[in-house]
This record gives sequence, C-alpha cells and structure tokens, in this order.
Amino acid sequence: MAAEGNMKPAKKLSLKENYALLTRGLGWEPSYQKQEDIFRNVAFEGIKIHDWDKWEDPFRLTMDAYWKYQGEKERKLYAIIDAFQQNNGQFNVTDARYIQALKIFLNGIVELEYTSHRGFNILGREFPGVGPRIAAQMQSLDELRHATTQIHAISQYNKYFTGLDNFPYQFDRAWYLSIPKSFFEDAVTSGPFEFIVAISFAFEYVLTNLAFMPWMSGAAFNGDLATVSFGFSAQSDEARHMTLGIEVIKFLLEQDPANVPLVQKWIDKWFWRGYRLLSLLAVMMDYMLPKRVMSWSEAWEIYFEQNGGALFADLARYGIKMPKHAEVTITEKGHVSHQMWSVFYANRHAVGFPVWLPSEEEMNWMSEKYPDTFDKYYRPRYEYWRELEKQGKPFVNTTLPQLCQTCQWPCLFTEPGDPTELSLRETEYRGEKFHFCSDGCKDIFCGEPEKYVHAWLPVHQIYQGNCFLPGVDPTAPDFNPLVEALKYMGIKPGVDGGDFATHIDAVNWEKWTSRPANMHEGAYTDAVRKTA
Amino acid sequence: MPVIAKDPGYHGDFKDTVDKFHGKQLVNIYWEKHLMFAWPMCVPLPPEMPFGALIEAVIPSIFGAHPDFAKIDWSAVEWQRSNEPFTPNPAVSLVANGITHKTTIRFRTPGLNGLNGTGN
Repeated sequence: MAAEGNMKPAKKLSLKENYALLTRGLGWEPSYQKQEDIFRNVAFEGIKIHDWDKWEDPFRLTMDAYWKYQGEKERKLYAIIDAFQQNNGQFNVTDARYIQALKIFLNGIVELEYTSHRGFNILGREFPGVGPRIAAQMQSLDELRHATTQIHAISQYNKYFTGLDNFPYQFDRAWYLSIPKSFFEDAVTSGPFEFIVAISFAFEYVLTNLAFMPWMSGAAFNGDLATVSFGFSAQSDEARHMTLGIEVIKFLLEQDPANVPLVQKWIDKWFWRGYRLLSLLAVMMDYMLPKRVMSWSEAWEIYFEQNGGALFADLARYGIKMPKHAEVTITEKGHVSHQMWSVFYANRHAVGFPVWLPSEEEMNWMSEKYPDTFDKYYRPRYEYWRELEKQGKPFVNTTLPQLCQTCQWPCLFTEPGDPTELSLRETEYRGEKFHFCSDGCKDIFCGEPEKYVHAWLPVHQIYQGNCFLPGVDPTAPDFNPLVEALKYMGIKPGVDGGDFATHIDAVNWEKWTSRPANMHEGAYTDAVRKTA
Repeated sequence: MPVIAKDPGYHGDFKDTVDKFHGKQLVNIYWEKHLMFAWPMCVPLPPEMPFGALIEAVIPSIFGAHPDFAKIDWSAVEWQRSNEPFTPNPAVSLVANGITHKTTIRFRTPGLNGLNGTGN
C-alpha cells in the first residue's frame, strides 16, 4: 500500500496518443489464421487497398468519448421529448396535415436507419483497417440510436392519430415502402466497399442534407418540437457521417488508380438511386408541410446543384466526374413533387395516410415557385379534380401501376424533354421484358441484371397471389384482390388512407384542438369554435 | 460490366416469369397525353384473350372516367407495342398480336390530348 501511495500519477496521454492507443492500438496482426480468412469479403469487389494506415480519421473520436457525447445528447433529447408529451405538443403543430407527413417519415425512414445500422455493423466486422472499422462501428450505433429516438419522438403522435402503429410490419409489405426498403437492401447486399460508397458518400454526403436541412427546418416551422429535437440530436452524428463519406472516397481514390472506375460506377448508381428515393421528400416539402420553408426546386438547387457541383469540381482531380444523369434531376426538379402528389391523390385509398387537393392559396404558391411548370401542366389537373369533388364524384384510380424494376417507383416520371409523356424504358434480358422509369434506372439494371431480376415488386407479387393474409380465398365470389392486398400490407381500408377532409385524424383534430385540420381551407366540422 | 458478386456465377431467380401468374400474363397499358392516369396500368390478362376485348372491356374499365374517353375514334387510334408501332387485329388473341408477358401497349388518340390539350 505504501508503495502505491508513493507512486506518481502517470502523465496524462496527449489526445493523439490516446487516439492511437484506443483505435489502431486495438488491432493486431493475426498469427494463427490467415488475414484473408478473417476478412473474407474485402477482396471480391476488386478495390485495391495498399495501406490501411493511410486512413485519416477526421474526428479522432474514441469509443469512450463517443459514449460520453452520445449519453449527453440522449439526456437532453429525452428531457425535451418528456416536456413535449406533458404539454400535448402533438396539438401544437400547424394542422393535421403535417401529421400525415410524419407518417411517411416514420414508416419510411425509421426502418432505413435500422437497415443502415445493420450495414455499418457488417463494415465494422469486414474492414481490415482499424480506423475505418471503428468509424463504421460508431456509425452503426448512431443509426440504431436514430431509429430508436425517431420511434420515441413520434410515439406520442401514435397515441392520437392513425397510421403510425404498424411500421415494422408495413415496411416489409406496403407497396410504396418497397421503394426505401429495396434501396437499402440493395446496398446492404453489396460488398463492403460498394456499401460505404453508396451510403456514406452518395447518400449521406451528397444527398441527405436535403433531409436534414430543409425538412428539419420545416418541422420546426410547423411547430413539431419532437421531430426537431430528434433532428438536432442526430445532426452532429450526420456531420460525422458525411465526413466519413468524403474521407472514404478520398482514401479509395488515393490508394490505387484502378479504384477510380469502380468508385465512379458506384457513385453513378447510388446517386441515381438516392435521388429517386428522395423524391418522396419533394412531395413532403411541397405538399405536406402546411407552412412551407422552401420548394423542392429551391432545395435541389442549393443542396445539389450548388453544393454538389462544388464537391464534384473538387473531386475532378482524382478523375471523378459528376454522377451520370445528374442533368436529368435538374430538368425534373420542376415536376417530381407534382407528379408524385397526383399519384398519391389518385390512389389515396391505397396508401397509409389520407390525401387532399392543394387549396387555391397553395396552388398560387406553387405557381410562384414553379413558374415554368405548375400552371401549364399541373394546375389544370388539380382544378379538374376539385370540380369533380364538388360534383360528388371524385377522381380515383383503381388499377395497379407498371413498376420500375430498379427503383420500384411506379413509372410515373415524364420524359426529360416532354412533361406530357411518361419516360418509359424497357430492355429484354434472357427472354424477359423489364421496365424502367428512366435511363438512370435502366443503366443500373443493365449493369447488374443478375441481381435485379430478383427484385420483389409489390404489383407483381399481388398478381401472383402472394400478398393475402392466411385464410383468404381468392376463388370466393366477392374476392377483391386490392382490398385483400391492402389488408396484407397493414393498411386498413377506410381507416388509414382516403380523403383527408372526412378522415378520422381531421375530425379528431378539430374536436380536440378547436382549430381547422387544414388551415388553408377553413373548418371541416362544427367542432371548430367560431371566433370571427 | 456484370454484377460483382462474392460467389462466382451468382444469378438471382427470375421473380416474375409468366408461369407464376396462374395462366395469365401481365400487360401494361398506357394512354398517351392523359397523365391524370399517372402511370401505365398493369393488369393480368389471359394470353388467349382477343385484342378486341381489350378495347371493349379492359381499357374502358381503367380509363373510362376521362372526359376524352367517349370521344375516342377507335379506328384512328395509333398503337405501339414496346415502343414499336403496330396495327392490332381485334379478332385474334393478345399473343397472336405479339403481346406477350410484360408487354407495354401505348395508345395515342389523335386530336385528344387531355383536358384542354394539357396532357392531363
């Protein structure tokens, strides 16, 4: 004991030494197993890494510090969520339409966070380099945390509104959720290098600013304290993920010139896949936020055309070019949200949230934000549909769509040069026809037909009879395949989707808040107190 | 460049071959310049169904609500089969008309280009 008492405390390690010991120092050279038997999936993609130690971790973050920071963020976040719940914050948002956007967010995004967690978990095992392995492990935990906190942030809404109660079930079955699901499962079933280029670079670095900047501002602007708090809590993680994305690209490109064409191919593929996925955000921003922050077109211009343009100008020194078909995204920016909302409206009985037509005030906003496209192509459609609603015979489509074999969106996008014609692409592979929404998706299929012939396309699965609950008899005289498929998908016909004005969420909103469920149209029910 | 796969010779199963559709085949139908209908409609049909039945029964059940629909002059309609123009024979089957599994049929109705010609 005396000896211990006489000991001088060891000199505190410098940050650099501490970092070295707690990252690189944790790895070892295997002596009784071959390196290639331990890291079995690192070679088959053809990426050449000569020196894993050239990996620079931009954050110098060690696991002990990571736990400390994340713990602090969790404490703050849950304090806010508690306050949100105690104050009935779910009624402080602008109106009940905002909650419909949350449904897309919860049902579509949370499971992506979870799949991303799985993907980075795999990388945390597969990379021979200790630096990237630890970065991937941290990101894996981040993604799990994001899934958890999103579920908790939105759970309060679930106590009051429909369509939020069945998200893990729906994610694997609902026809439109196959779009996000297939995106991430495509990534997670590729090799470790393709996954990290796909998710860390093409998705996180190039594209997700669109989700974390304008969408989170939109949540704030519409009074959603829970989602904003989650967003802030995730944002510092996202900054780390983005930095990982750019570091990965530079590392791969600097390690060997033979990596350049592979990386370019993955950037082309995953930029396009990510862009198609984010179209969902376009419709949320333009149509579902009662108070709008900026248009999708403006957001795309800032976050992709300007920021992305500068990024690819910088990467040109490695021989990396702008992603293929980037110019199509710019042509489409004036159209996607309108085309998609039309589809949601026409098929509102088959989605998990109710849908409405834009009001006059909102259409005027669209005319201002989309001067070249809205009045010419989309206003006439909405005005006609509005007229049909007044006549009591609202427009509805009941036939399933031709789906894109790659992105799984219905083929609803128009020709880059002609907004009055659908952009339909087709190829034949081993005697079978395959359809695509765009050249971008066709190129991806043609690069890897072996993988995409296997895609689980909901429409085809329904017609094959694979989307019915047990006990359903497809030979029964009153059998309705669409209704039965919706039940299988976890969408309750007559409860989850349909017309917003008569939807239970709108009715309850007015009863509970005495405010209009749609602030642009006045009250739908007598429950709203007349104050005028 | 083919798929880069860990297992040599990897090939996914074809998920949607015609044998999986219980005697029917998928046909996609797209009415040009009428984008209110947003997408080509995918329907399972018997391959032996006459093309005439497509015009008389299937197409009206999908597109009949459009104000242009009643004005269609079917003798003037321009047809395409997987992007190739063709002249259907209404008396013979879909297959005899070259319409096989997952064929997309486009039809254009000259003079009818949607609500006030807006493509809607």
